[in-house]
Amino acid sequence: MINGTGSAIQAPLGDNGVRRPLRKARAIGAWSIAFAALALVVVVVIDILISVVGKGAQGLSWKVLTTQTSGISGGLENAILGTLMLILVSTIIAGPIGILGGVFMALFANSAVANVLRYITDILSGVPSIVIGYFGYTVMVVQWGWGFSMLAAGISLAVLTLPYIIRTTESSLRQVPKSYMEGALALGMTSTTALRTVLIRPALPGILTGLLLAVSIGMGETAPLIYTAGWSNFNPTFQMVKNPIGYLTYVVWTYLNEPYASAHQLAYTAAFLLILIVLILHILVRLLQRKPALQ
Amino acid sequence: MKRHQLTSKMFRLATGIAAGSPLLILIVLSFVLFRDAMPAFRYQGISFFTGIIWNMGNMYANNPIVKNGVQAAPGAAFGILPFIVGTIGSSIIALIIGVPIALMTAFALVYKVPPSLAKIVSPVIELLAGIPSVIYGLWGMTVVAPWVEYGLGPWLSHLGHMVPFLAAPVGTGLGLLTSGLVLAVMIIPIITSTARDLLKQVPTLPVEGALALGMTSFESVLHVAWPWAKRGIIGAVILGWGRALGETMAVLMVSGDAANYLPANLYSPISSMAAAIASMLDSALTDFSGLSVHALALIAVTLLLITMLTNLLARLLVQFGGRRVGVEV
Repeated sequence: MINGTGSAIQAPLGDNGVRRPLRKARAIGAWSIAFAALALVVVVVIDILISVVGKGAQGLSWKVLTTQTSGISGGLENAILGTLMLILVSTIIAGPIGILGGVFMALFANSAVANVLRYITDILSGVPSIVIGYFGYTVMVVQWGWGFSMLAAGISLAVLTLPYIIRTTESSLRQVPKSYMEGALALGMTSTTALRTVLIRPALPGILTGLLLAVSIGMGETAPLIYTAGWSNFNPTFQMVKNPIGYLTYVVWTYLNEPYASAHQLAYTAAFLLILIVLILHILVRLLQRKPALQ
Repeated sequence: MKRHQLTSKMFRLATGIAAGSPLLILIVLSFVLFRDAMPAFRYQGISFFTGIIWNMGNMYANNPIVKNGVQAAPGAAFGILPFIVGTIGSSIIALIIGVPIALMTAFALVYKVPPSLAKIVSPVIELLAGIPSVIYGLWGMTVVAPWVEYGLGPWLSHLGHMVPFLAAPVGTGLGLLTSGLVLAVMIIPIITSTARDLLKQVPTLPVEGALALGMTSFESVLHVAWPWAKRGIIGAVILGWGRALGETMAVLMVSGDAANYLPANLYSPISSMAAAIASMLDSALTDFSGLSVHALALIAVTLLLITMLTNLLARLLVQFGGRRVGVEV
């Protein structure tokens, strides 16, 4: 029944209850350590939340949300709007490409091609975000002359989130039973029509989950934005290039190193807002997943 | 009907192009980085990876010097060994601390925690994976670094007479150990959630068989479930390692941002390759010869190659990790 673990397996069979108490004690010890590890992880999560939420919530007020940053004080309106704009741009770019790519890998590609594409997508998702940022900087900011801009930053974020959207789209389409597709094809539909009318409905919650995760990842990123978005004390405009844009993670990173209490407070408030948004996105994802996709 | 088929074909083509876009991005990315990195490699050669000094040269000089056909500021030297050591060192510390905790957590979650409690704990751990890295940096700076400075560091340094690397001075708390600790927390959710999913796929029968043969519950996990899920879990560990190697912001905030200096003890300030790119691009732009920016591209290429390799290895292990190893049902 069991092979490959040799002596370790025989020990418990061979002894006649002599070493049993010892082994029992060892199991209890090991499980205690496991529970301690679990408790430690939970405590760390709580500690992170407390250390950010405690100080961050103090600074939260309607005024902070509706005032622009001025130097080391003021509010976060420009950063909040900037983050939202960047997410919007990157989702507009990465969303359609990602969903189409996922459709290809789930429905049209044969398994060998899909396998290769999946590997490549995974490798792209493993590329460090700062490398993508550097790439965006030399190509878009310098070579194409866009300067620090919403478009350069949005495209960098799109590159970063694209693999997640592709993979979640693919896996949620693959979870739809094969019989759905076969039934649609048997009715004379093309695979495109089948996708549009039959497959999309059960797969939609999964695809939306992927998009939300991508938003959550993109929103928390800093490294790819430092040298593509720049920073601006003013609210974003719809000018796509040659116009730096502010974002929330920048405030957390830079203002913490400023020697002013007002700057620290802004950093904590920005961090609190980020955690709040991540939390809301995670709850949305949970709700989407709970809904049974298939009857 | 004809038009219908045409749109169908067009749609298929569009999806194909979209699916190929990651490949296109990777090719363009590698091409641009290699092109940008070439001058730095021609100037510095292999000593780029073994040198300790990073010096952009004399910025007030009138004329750039020329070496191997590349213009550089006089006295420029680009050695990234401290960044390589910082990257590898902090990520190894993260693995040493994070992997046992992550695995034990997964064991507890799958085999011992009652499902009603696991339903609460699992999302909490997944939330840990979603927290932005600047917030880990913030937490590292304000909570972990002071703890290392006043608590853990002084305590560990008592062991200094046995292990010289642990000896004082502890410094400001910003450094190798703190980076490792923060990275450990960041990779735990990656490893725990993969290990949990893999352990759940282990067929129940062999585990119950092991119990019936008189194994304790932990022995059955160790000798039956673990061999089954081992390769996949190792893949997840390497995946987490890749994440730690490429992490920028958290390390930048808690590493002490050191350069030209190899860590003398566990608490020394360090910098990693990713953090170095982020922190030095600003100053590199002031280099009139432009070589410093090329040198940063060479760091990026190095980092890209390392993370690609670890990722490839990890994905291969995860993909084939679910296969039966040593257990036949």
